[in-house]
Amino acid sequence: MPTRVVPDFHRHEVWAIFLGGAAGGLLRVWLSRSFASGATDWPWAIFVINVSGAFTLACIATWFRERPPESRFHHPLWTAGFCGTYTTFSTMQLEIFVLLQHDRYALAAGYALASILAGYLAIRLGTQLVRSERGDEQ
Amino acid sequence: MSVWVWIGVALLSGIGALARFLLVALVSARAAGTFPLGTFVVNITGALLLGLVTGLAVEGEALVLIGTATLGSYTTFSTWMLETERLTEDGELPVAAFNILLSLFVGVGAIALGRAIGMHI
Repeated sequence: MPTRVVPDFHRHEVWAIFLGGAAGGLLRVWLSRSFASGATDWPWAIFVINVSGAFTLACIATWFRERPPESRFHHPLWTAGFCGTYTTFSTMQLEIFVLLQHDRYALAAGYALASILAGYLAIRLGTQLVRSERGDEQ
Repeated sequence: MSVWVWIGVALLSGIGALARFLLVALVSARAAGTFPLGTFVVNITGALLLGLVTGLAVEGEALVLIGTATLGSYTTFSTWMLETERLTEDGELPVAAFNILLSLFVGVGAIALGRAIGMHI
């Protein structure tokens, strides 16, 4: 039997990712344009987007993962679709690069560190919140 | 921005999300070990392409559509953080730390490399 190259996705999954992605991308582009900051300032928009998206993903992923059976539409719609797309890695890396280009080394390091620390804590908080809400063992 | 550009943002964001979903599935199916290689590959290739786009001096609405919408949607911060946190829960602290540091340094390097390539084309 030939090796399957492309994984076999359910039609609902593809629509869920596309629709969740469209909504997450629209919200991020709208927020980042509405709250745009200068090239050498702290990139507040993407920072807030990434941390809030991490918190939301933790809540939703914990809820779905620990509550089988997983839905083939709602689960991908909110996780990889909406939250995955609402947050971004590439724009954040570009912002760090631009800060470094302008010799804003402390700001670049601070932004990277704060994003990772706050993102990690947001995941922890969201996870624990959903688990305790559901009365799960910690 | 005109309504057509916003429609473009929505469509391209959906396509970026699908490309990530597909590539993560393809890479994960072939990767052994606990390192979340799928998200890493997506994030680094997305950073490289975004560097390339800025190196080619793409600006204005074209940059919003290709950079912020398509590549911004293709890459992800929340999944990167979720996978890292789950690794620490599983006691895989070195892998979690490696995932953070490698993504961060290779990510900025990928922007710089993509930009340099774009400026020399």
